[in-house]
Amino acid sequence: MEKDFGFLETIPADPGNLIKGLQLLQATEGYISNEGIRAAAKYFNRPEADVEGVVSFYAQFKRVKPGKFQISVCDGTACHLKGAPLIHEWLRQELDLRPGETAPDGVFSLETVACLGCCSLAPVMSVNGRVHGKLDRKTMMKILKEYAAK
Amino acid sequence: MSTRNITKFKIGLASCGIAAGGEAVLAALREATDLPILEVGCIGHCYAEPIVEVCFDDGSSVMYGNVKADEKSIRNILALGTDDRFEIPEARKARESLKVLALAGRIVPTDLSDYTANGGYEGLKKALTLTPEEVINEVKISGLRGRGGGGFPTGTKWGFLAAKPGFDKTVICNADEGDPGAFMDRSLMESVPHQVLEGMLIAAYATGAGRLIIYCRAEYPLAIKHLKIAIEQINQAKLNDFGDRTVEISIKEGAGAFVCGEETALIASLEGQRGMPRFRPPFPTDRGYQDKPTMINNVETFGNIPVILREGGEVFAKTGSDGGRGTKLFALAGDLKYPGLVEVPMGTTLNEIVFEIGGADPGKVKAVQTGGPSGGCIPVELFDTPVDYDSLRSLGAIMGSGGMIVIGNDRCMVETARYFLDFTHRESCGKCTFCRVGTTRMYEILEKIVAGKGCENDLELLEDLGKKIKAGSLCGLGQTAPNPVLATLRYYRDEYLEHVNDHQCRARQCNALVDIALDKTKCIKCKLCIKTCPVNAISSDFVIDPAVCTRCNSCLDCCPKNAISRVAKGDKQ
Repeated sequence: MEKDFGFLETIPADPGNLIKGLQLLQATEGYISNEGIRAAAKYFNRPEADVEGVVSFYAQFKRVKPGKFQISVCDGTACHLKGAPLIHEWLRQELDLRPGETAPDGVFSLETVACLGCCSLAPVMSVNGRVHGKLDRKTMMKILKEYAAK
Repeated sequence: MSTRNITKFKIGLASCGIAAGGEAVLAALREATDLPILEVGCIGHCYAEPIVEVCFDDGSSVMYGNVKADEKSIRNILALGTDDRFEIPEARKARESLKVLALAGRIVPTDLSDYTANGGYEGLKKALTLTPEEVINEVKISGLRGRGGGGFPTGTKWGFLAAKPGFDKTVICNADEGDPGAFMDRSLMESVPHQVLEGMLIAAYATGAGRLIIYCRAEYPLAIKHLKIAIEQINQAKLNDFGDRTVEISIKEGAGAFVCGEETALIASLEGQRGMPRFRPPFPTDRGYQDKPTMINNVETFGNIPVILREGGEVFAKTGSDGGRGTKLFALAGDLKYPGLVEVPMGTTLNEIVFEIGGADPGKVKAVQTGGPSGGCIPVELFDTPVDYDSLRSLGAIMGSGGMIVIGNDRCMVETARYFLDFTHRESCGKCTFCRVGTTRMYEILEKIVAGKGCENDLELLEDLGKKIKAGSLCGLGQTAPNPVLATLRYYRDEYLEHVNDHQCRARQCNALVDIALDKTKCIKCKLCIKTCPVNAISSDFVIDPAVCTRCNSCLDCCPKNAISRVAKGDKQ
């Protein structure tokens, strides 16, 4: 079935609004699909390669469909010092997930983010935008179990 | 016994308060009382979140910290019990000077009347009674310099834009706080969005700009939400109507690129392009956003403007030192007791910030990293250095925008340098060869060293690459990216040498150079470690197989007797 990208028309088709358009695309679809790139190129009157270039430049844009729950592990300086690499290791062990991946069952996906700005609660991660701080293995597993049960 | 009555409660619900569980506390408090509960921003004491302030009819208040959402904690607060009482530490009270943050966490961020009742928009009112030249002059007298880290005199910058004819000019607020470990701007936008916007409106008036844009990181949804509400209130109250023009205010969300903190890259991003910096001149004040004259200031710079207009440039300049006027916000985090957001007069020493305010344990601190990935580390022996624009530069670090990470003795400096290069080599936009290829090579060498595969020549190669990257890069990212490596090589060369010559990591942090050992004299054979180990590396007779073990620390964390520890590779303890 052909996807409908009519929602793009809520934004003026000025080429300068491309990033805004892509953000809307991602908010609606969860990621930037090939069809999404084509639709944005057409709507903002820019070459597809140009749109792909903008998408690949910014860390926010994802080309892979995320899971129902997107885990973003903060790797800011404070979090890194306080054990962000360990959090990645635990997630690899428990969920078999590496940054940039989505689990085959589509429940969780994992990404690393530069800094969530909650350094005093390091180490932190966010799940679908909700920040969880002062993590250790036990609290992290408890939080993930709660999400998985939802 | 006084007869004061409780009139209302305040609860800190900035990002950090929410992350600490503030929303659950709010819900529990709502259940328990009918008195008004105000959702305020952040008072900067992040270590004590969630914080509830109980306000009385005589104007006094008491605070409770680390509040839990359970019935007992809430009952304790309502009864003004002595549990969980929170007092601002005396040492911090004595050192801090709250000017920019005076209202943060004290008012409701999205309530315009709360802001104006506390002196809000007085600065704008005052500015409108002056000519634009007089406003710029006041900013010049104040000695304010850009708080994003560059340190360019703000009044001079405003003068450049004001000199351009017409109102078709843009003032941009750089809220793309990209330094990992920095949260000054987030806190300001979340807690006092009107103060930032007031500063921007004053800038628009003084420079003759007709357009204001806030370029904010998309990772700060709460800041964006509060700013949007505040902008709506400004439009309704017509605070942006200067008679000859109505200033248009908008927010653009960044999409996650560190380099967009550089002004020409930021402008490219605003125009919907890849955020690549370009050569200057032309400077943005000549040709910027949509080829029109444009000026960019940082969030904290704008946050200072209403203070300057309210108290006058001369009074403002009395705070601080010759290395910088006024106060500076620092985001303190890392290995210390009281992480949080602090505001101190410019020129306060690192000793005062880290030990007196931050409560760090003097015997346990190795260094502090300032300026994020563009900065450097400063060893504890040099902590009597005043923090301002110029003093830190001579030590190979920078003050930067205000991120300050305290590094404890048990952290490896080589790994810390590797971490920063991991960040910068990924964030390099790729335009300049030295930055694109050079930072990647530096990162690979550091990876090699922490894996125990480095050699002594690598250190010289790192220094050589570092110098060339600094010289051969167009923008601030490349010009500063080698700093964390060069600074650690300067102050902690020993640690590098141990890694390359002896394959040792004294901090026992680099996994490739570490084994996990179990002290059988302390072990009580509870088998918790065996059950916890996710990779089954511990045998039934408590022998850890180093080939299977991933050094994930799970057994260390679960051992009730602290019998398990990280030791040098091959060391069985």
